[in-house]
Amino acid sequence: MPEIKNYTLNFGPQHPAAHGVLRLVLEMDGEVIERADPHIGLLHRGTEKLAETKPYNQTIGYMDRLDYVSMMCNEHGYVLAIEKLLGVEIPERARYIRVMFDEITRILNHLMWLGTHALDVGAMTMFLYAFREREDLLDIYEAVSGARMHANYYRPGGVARDLPEAMPQYLESRWRSKKEADRLNQNRQGSLLDFAEDFVRRFPGYVDEYETLLTDNRIWKQRTVDIGVVSPERAYQLGFTGPMLRGSGVEWDLRKKQPYEVYERMDFDIPVGTNGDCYDRYLVRIEEMRQSNRIIKQCIDWLRGNPGLVLTDNHKIAAPRREEIKADMEGLIHHFKLFTEGYTLPPGEVYTAIEHPKGEFGVYLISDGANKPYRVKVRAPGFAHLSSLNEMAQGHMLADVVAIIGTQDIVFGEIDR
Amino acid sequence: MSNYTQQMVDALRAAFADKLDAVTVAYNEVNVDVAAENLIEVATGLRDDEAFRFEQLVDLSGVDYSQYGRVEWQTEDASRAGFSRGVEESATTGRLQFGDELESLVTQGRRFASVAHLISYSLNRRLRLRVFAADDDFPVVPSLTGVWASADWYEREAFDLFGILFSDHPDLRRILTDYGFVGHPFRKDFPLVGNVEMRYDPERGRVVYEPVTIEPRVLVPRVRREDHRYLADEADEAQD
Repeated sequence: MPEIKNYTLNFGPQHPAAHGVLRLVLEMDGEVIERADPHIGLLHRGTEKLAETKPYNQTIGYMDRLDYVSMMCNEHGYVLAIEKLLGVEIPERARYIRVMFDEITRILNHLMWLGTHALDVGAMTMFLYAFREREDLLDIYEAVSGARMHANYYRPGGVARDLPEAMPQYLESRWRSKKEADRLNQNRQGSLLDFAEDFVRRFPGYVDEYETLLTDNRIWKQRTVDIGVVSPERAYQLGFTGPMLRGSGVEWDLRKKQPYEVYERMDFDIPVGTNGDCYDRYLVRIEEMRQSNRIIKQCIDWLRGNPGLVLTDNHKIAAPRREEIKADMEGLIHHFKLFTEGYTLPPGEVYTAIEHPKGEFGVYLISDGANKPYRVKVRAPGFAHLSSLNEMAQGHMLADVVAIIGTQDIVFGEIDR
Repeated sequence: MSNYTQQMVDALRAAFADKLDAVTVAYNEVNVDVAAENLIEVATGLRDDEAFRFEQLVDLSGVDYSQYGRVEWQTEDASRAGFSRGVEESATTGRLQFGDELESLVTQGRRFASVAHLISYSLNRRLRLRVFAADDDFPVVPSLTGVWASADWYEREAFDLFGILFSDHPDLRRILTDYGFVGHPFRKDFPLVGNVEMRYDPERGRVVYEPVTIEPRVLVPRVRREDHRYLADEADEAQD
C-alpha cells in the first residue's frame, strides 16, 4: 500500500465558487481540510487612501464599489459618519427614503447571495429566480439614481433627489416586440412608489417559491445542515456580525439595538438561528428578506402621505437647487464653493455602524478639520467572516468549503477595499 | 454627555485607575488611550469584567498621525495672491513622488496608533481603545489576538498598510498588498500614485516593475477653514 501524505491544493483566484478573487491554499488530508489559508487583496484598490485625497462628497461613489452587491448601504454608513461629525439634521422624508433603500438593498444582496450560494451547491434554478427579482429592484435603483448598481444616491444631509413620479418605460425595439414591451411596462405606469408597492405585494410569493425549491430539499439539506457550525461564543471571538451572528443564535440587530434613521418606528422581527450551521444561516437570511419586505411596505405608506424636502436646505453642506443657483447670488456662491472645495468637518473621530446586509458595516472617520478626511477606515463585515474560514472549514470535505464560502456571503469589493 | 457614557467613564476610571492614559468622550463615543505596556491587562479586563463585558473586537485599524493638520492651501493670503499662488509648495501625500520624504508634524511616539473598536453585546455598549507605538521608526504594540481572536487579520492589515508590528502575533504576514510588495502604502509618506508600476515586457517575456511614470497631482487642495461658518453651533451641540 502506498504511503498517504498531506498535500496542498490551490483554490482560485479564478474559480467559479470563489465569489470573486479569493485564493485559498488548502492543506488536505485526503479529501479533508486540515488548514485553509485565504490569500486576499487581489481586488485591493486603496479606497481608504483615495478617500484621504478627495473632498468628502467625492468618496461616496467609491463606497458603492466596496460591497458591490449592496451599494446604498455602504453609502449610508459613510454619510452617517459625516453627519455625526457635522451634527446636521436630515429631513424626515430622507430618513424614510434611506430606510426603504437600505431594505431594498438588503433584498438585493440576499437574492444575490441566495442565487450564487445555491448555484455553488448545485441548484441552478435558484440563480435564475433570484436574478428575475433583482431586475425589478435594480430598476428601482435606476429610476431613482440613474444607475443600476453604483447609485451614488445618498448625500450628507439627505439623498440626492426625490423619488420620481414616473418609472422609465421599456421601448419597442428589434429585440423586443410591442407586445413584450407592453407586458414589461404594465406595472410601470405609475410612480416609483407604485412600482415598489407592486413588487412588495408580489415578493412574498417569490420567497415561497425559493423555499419550495430549497428549504425541504434533501440535497440542499445534506449540503448545508451541520456544515460550518459556529457556537455563539466563537462567533463573538471571530468577529461575526449580522446574519452570521444571528445564525449562531445571538439575538442582535443594530436596527433594533442601536437604531439609526427611523428604524425604531418600523415594525419588524429579527430571525435567529439555533444551530449555527449553514442551513440556519440560510433560514435567517430568507426570513430577513420577508422582514425587509415588511419594512419597505411601511416606508412606502409613509412616503405617500408625506411629501417634503429630501436634502437639507443648509447649503453649506448640500448643493442648492438649479433654480436657486440661477436666481440667487448666494446660491451661486454656495454651488461654486461646494463643488470646488467641498465643506470642512470639525476635527474629531467618530465611528458609525449600520446593519449592512452582511453584518456590521462601520466607518471610522478621523477629521483634522480639513475638507478631506484624514483617515477613513471601513469596517467590512466580510473581512472578519472570511478570517474565520480556517476555523470553519477544518475537518470538513473540500466540497463543504464551497458551501462555507457561500454561507459567509463574501464579496471581495469590501474585503479587499 | 449622556448618562451612560458618563457611567462608562466612571467605571473605567474605577476599574483601571492609573493604567489608562486618557479617557475622553466626544460625539457620545468613549475613547480610551492606553500605553502599550498596559494594553493586554486593560483589554483582558474590558473583556472579562462584569461592568464592561466587551465580547467582541469589531474593528482594528492603524492610523498614521504624522500629517495631522497639514494643509495644501493657506486660505488667509490666498485672496491677495490668487488661487495658484496660495497653494503650498510643500509635499503632501497626494503630491509625493518616488523618493520624496515628508516631515512628521507630531512628536515622537504620537505617530502610529492602533485603534480598536469594541462592542459589548450583553450591555449594548461600544468603546474605542487606542494605543500609540512608542517608536516612530520601529512601531511595536502588543497583539490583541490572545484576547479577541478577530484581531488576527485586522492586525495583519495594520501591519501591511502601516508597518505597525504586533508583538506575539501568531502569523504576522502581509494581507492586502501584492506578494513581494515593498513599503507600507497607507503611511502618509507613501505617494498616492505608488512607487512602482508594472507591465508585461515582450522582450524579456515576463512582467517587469519600473518606477511610476504618472505625474502626481492634486485637483482639490486640502484646506482648513477656521472661520466656523460650517455649522459651528450645531457641531458644538452634537458634541454635548
